[in-house]
Amino acid sequence: MKITVNMNGAERSAEAEPRTLLVDFIRTKLGMTGTHIGCDTSNCGACTVLLDGRPVKSCTVLAVQVEGKNITTVEGLAKGGKLHPIQEGFHAEHGLQCGFCTPGMMLVGAALIEANPHPTEDEIRWGISGNICRCTGYMNIVKAIQHAAAANAAENIAGVA
Amino acid sequence: MFPAAFDYIAPGALDEVLSLLSQHGDDAKVLAGGQSLIPLLKLRFASPVIVIDIGRVDGLEGIRQENGHVRIGARTRHRDVESATDLRGTLDVLLDAAPLISDPLIRNMGTVGGSICHADPAGDWGAVMLAVGAEFVVRSSGGERVLPAVGFFEGPFTTGLHADEVMTEIRIPVGAGRSGGTYLKLERKVGDFASVATAVHVVLGGDGRISSAGIGLCAVGAQSIKATAAEAALVGQTPSDAVIAEAARLAGAAAEPKADIRGSAEYKRDVARVFVQRGLHTAINRAQGATA
Repeated sequence: MKITVNMNGAERSAEAEPRTLLVDFIRTKLGMTGTHIGCDTSNCGACTVLLDGRPVKSCTVLAVQVEGKNITTVEGLAKGGKLHPIQEGFHAEHGLQCGFCTPGMMLVGAALIEANPHPTEDEIRWGISGNICRCTGYMNIVKAIQHAAAANAAENIAGVA
Repeated sequence: MFPAAFDYIAPGALDEVLSLLSQHGDDAKVLAGGQSLIPLLKLRFASPVIVIDIGRVDGLEGIRQENGHVRIGARTRHRDVESATDLRGTLDVLLDAAPLISDPLIRNMGTVGGSICHADPAGDWGAVMLAVGAEFVVRSSGGERVLPAVGFFEGPFTTGLHADEVMTEIRIPVGAGRSGGTYLKLERKVGDFASVATAVHVVLGGDGRISSAGIGLCAVGAQSIKATAAEAALVGQTPSDAVIAEAARLAGAAAEPKADIRGSAEYKRDVARVFVQRGLHTAINRAQGATA
């Protein structure tokens, strides 16, 4: 069946069976490989995408379920050649080692700051509790999200002034 | 991993869902958020002929208070219960349980009704619904039934829901009196299923005595367990350490745990006792602090 989604702001369609998982739809039908397959059992969060702005595990969503909905993947974070503040944060704070969990971590971080612009460290740690980093680089991931939140706040203040 | 092939339909109206269910019966599975069903499909533990996605049916989401009930649409996401802070003081146990269900991403997709109908003995909502005396509204093309949570959970992944029925709403009575509750969960790591969890909900009368008490036990039996003897030991009593300790002892005795990688049966039974004791202290303190 034909499935159409709003992918990172643009309409994308492809033919897929109803049993196709969203992560496979994104990777093999749409050819976007930034969304990773890690555990494939809804534990690790490597496959995180935003569904209408909320992070979900795309290995545990059927592509047909998101027909007509808005999906954001890691490819949708940077706009017009400019990194998203969460990407700047991961760069500045060295928020990655092997990088496998990074797309998911960044999407969760971006959604967290969107919903809660000034998260505490505790809120950040709870926010990423569905995403596993096997390099155990959590310290710098938390710092990266804090960096992005601070940058957002600075930008907002600049915008007001 | 990917599921075996199935037919898929996402009706826009409940009547169409009911008609399909009456036509396909056991060959069909209802898909709500999919956070339990999709893993089962991927592991091929479930291979339905047709998956009926209720994600496009209007009117199945949201939390409302009316006519002495809190009414939760069956497709309401765990995340939306977590953020329903106006339930604080009325149904503390729901607000305490929601953020302990799996992880934030699963809570964004998973639904209350889906979890209840899935009836995992380690599912958190079952114990909560037993504690608060919930009723489940279920519909088929033949009409509507209202099933009490007590008796609904018949065994592992087995409920009183018929193959042609779909849950549409959870109704929780909120009567007069000051109430308090809490949910305590032991898990090996964040996001894990419970090793043991307990749900407690108490209502105090104007005289300060306990007018009703609900205690639900999670992951210590073949299904969610209502600790009825412990509840009976509380009703009519003035709260005290001794009353609470005796109720907790009875709740521990009502647990039917099995030893597994999460602990021995003896250990789990005692955790249930201790958590009910702690939970009752918290619940009663909250109720005593609440205004009627």
